[in-house]
Amino acid sequence: MVDKRIFTTGEMPAANPISFDTSKCIGCYNCLEACQVDVFVPGESRGRGKPPLALFPGECWYCGCCVMECPVEGAIRLRHPLMNQAHWVAKEKLFKD
Amino acid sequence: MHNLEWPYPVEWDQEETMRADVLVLGGGVAGCMAAIAAARDGQSVVLVEKGATKRSGAGGSGCDHWESAATNPCSRVSPEDLVRAYLADNDGYYNGISHYIECREGYDRLLDIEKMGGKIRDNEGEFAGADFRDEATKLLFAYDYSTRYTLRVWGTTFKPAMHAELLRLGVRVVDRVMVTSLLTDRGAVGGRCVGATGVNTRTGKFYIFSATASVLCMARPARVWLFSASLPGLCEFRPTQCIGDGHAMGWRVGAEFTMMEKSVRAEFSAAGSSYPPYGAGNNHNTWYPADLIDSRGKTIPYADRDGRILKTAAERFKPAPGQQFFLKGGAIDNPKYEIEGPETLSAEKMVEQGYKLPFYADLSQLPELERKVIWGMMVGQEGKTNVPIYQNYTEAGFDPERDVLQCYGTGWTSASFLPQERQLFGLPGGFVNDWRLRTSIEGLYVGGDSLFASDCYGHAAATGYYAGRHAAKEAKRLTSGEADPLQVAAERERVYAPLANGPSRGIGWKELNMGIAKTMRNYCGEPKLDELLSIGLARLGEYEEHVLPSTFAHNPHELTRLLEVFDILSVSQLILHACLARKTSSKPLCFTRGDSGEMDPPRDRRFITLKRGPGGPKVGSLALDYFGDLTEGYEAVNADYIGGGRHGR
Repeated sequence: MVDKRIFTTGEMPAANPISFDTSKCIGCYNCLEACQVDVFVPGESRGRGKPPLALFPGECWYCGCCVMECPVEGAIRLRHPLMNQAHWVAKEKLFKD
Repeated sequence: MHNLEWPYPVEWDQEETMRADVLVLGGGVAGCMAAIAAARDGQSVVLVEKGATKRSGAGGSGCDHWESAATNPCSRVSPEDLVRAYLADNDGYYNGISHYIECREGYDRLLDIEKMGGKIRDNEGEFAGADFRDEATKLLFAYDYSTRYTLRVWGTTFKPAMHAELLRLGVRVVDRVMVTSLLTDRGAVGGRCVGATGVNTRTGKFYIFSATASVLCMARPARVWLFSASLPGLCEFRPTQCIGDGHAMGWRVGAEFTMMEKSVRAEFSAAGSSYPPYGAGNNHNTWYPADLIDSRGKTIPYADRDGRILKTAAERFKPAPGQQFFLKGGAIDNPKYEIEGPETLSAEKMVEQGYKLPFYADLSQLPELERKVIWGMMVGQEGKTNVPIYQNYTEAGFDPERDVLQCYGTGWTSASFLPQERQLFGLPGGFVNDWRLRTSIEGLYVGGDSLFASDCYGHAAATGYYAGRHAAKEAKRLTSGEADPLQVAAERERVYAPLANGPSRGIGWKELNMGIAKTMRNYCGEPKLDELLSIGLARLGEYEEHVLPSTFAHNPHELTRLLEVFDILSVSQLILHACLARKTSSKPLCFTRGDSGEMDPPRDRRFITLKRGPGGPKVGSLALDYFGDLTEGYEAVNADYIGGGRHGR
């Protein structure tokens, strides 16, 4: 049996565009300040390893400015929802199939 | 909903008043350039932006090419010839004034942006020796390499550079404030514009801005027909919060609009039934002229406008024999013969001729520098593709020398839309303007996507700057007006009313947006019928009367989203009135009437205009060539600019 205490409430978002690597995030909030849509809000505390909260993920328009303004490579990631990830293939494979 | 205490101070009850010579509404490309122009002219300037000016607007994240730079030193086409070509291509349903400004001054703005710190040329020689690079100026060109009026640029550097320039010039930049209404002299509909009101999107604080002249540089309307409650940020091409607030507030104070009956079957949306995202494989715009191959690796040929097969990549950059130049880029959907550039077969023809779906964009066979400039530079500089496409796909292993990227739909637009799923795209309607970019409201100027038949980055930058320059002139000449306290009080009441309601009985912004979008799909789809359009208006009238009073918001962020949907409601009403006013079908306006057999009869070959008057909407008319001779019209009001001081301090 799973421990029931792991369950939480809240509506499931249709996409999770933003993810943070808390080992890299310095809590500068450049992403929050750059986002024109204001997808983020400050977290309950601020500092190293404490990124802002992506409170409105459905409103993200996937411009990537949060990543472009981030001073630490890899601290924040932006990902298109699955349905919007384009497919590619090695050209060579087309001839074989 | 997160169970989180609102993390910003709550300031519903606070108010701030700001005064300026020139007030700029909107901090996208056009707004920034308007504020820079007015500040350079010595005016005190306030710029109000709903998001974050450094990266706000449709061009905030970047731009891969700059169209219509007809005055760049390598151009072989005049601004006049270029605008005439666009006018002809759109059968006259085009903004001759704003696009002439773009063609004539666009390159000046690029030089401005370069001075501010934006990158517009290949100083490092990354593309040395390429056919598209001019050795002397180090400028890079796209599409028609012999005429050289479209430049490849490093657009991710532009907005931060403009933002820094605004601060350097002392412009007061007010971020995170949604402009909610225009203030007019004595609060009268049609009266002179004396300022605006706003609400802070994080704290709820109320703002009153007063100014001698105002420049409205806000987005074109969106989410009118298309809405996804789960992915509202992907409903449309432009940013989530760019939804046409300016059109709505202009309509409410009686400004004159045109071409608002024009909408296209949806092309760009990444939510709902559509696919794919912007940036998937294709051979248009950013990706021109990638090879298209079918699922067996067979190459689909390019041909010129006369059907002559083009064997080499180099031929795809040249006009056809006897053709002066060809047009390509964001705004050319269905080019006419005169300006039609090289193209592969249509999707239907390709399938007919035995090419097997799906198709792929293949850069592997292009000359190395062509491949590098598309995948490395343009996809890396275009708004919305740098991070989610270029960086992410590269990291996941995509190699343009080896891999091919799948195409979806036909060409570069999304497929699978129904006729009633519509969008304001491809030169949509907006404010009517004169040669000073004044609206019909005294003291109110417009730039960028507020203008009718607007498009693209260069148009926004050139018209924004121009509107700011002319607004500054007026501000010097006139004394400032006074805001009407009653109008301000009524607006305050309007914007905060939803806070009195709770979720138990209330309607949130998403539900309201869905309701409006469904109404528009039902009654303003395709074809248009008087009866349906009238029912649509009645439905929206019911929303206005009975639904708006029971809307609610949990916090200032949601209040902003809700006020945006109020604006979508106003814009939808404007669109319905405009559709009712045009009684026959029109091909260039993508407008189909189900109750008229006539297509573009001579009597309806005109701009139908619309404004709100005291007794209801007032329909008017403007000749398609109302702007007169391009050169004369421009030179009559820009003698000082032509005489010098083109580039600021």
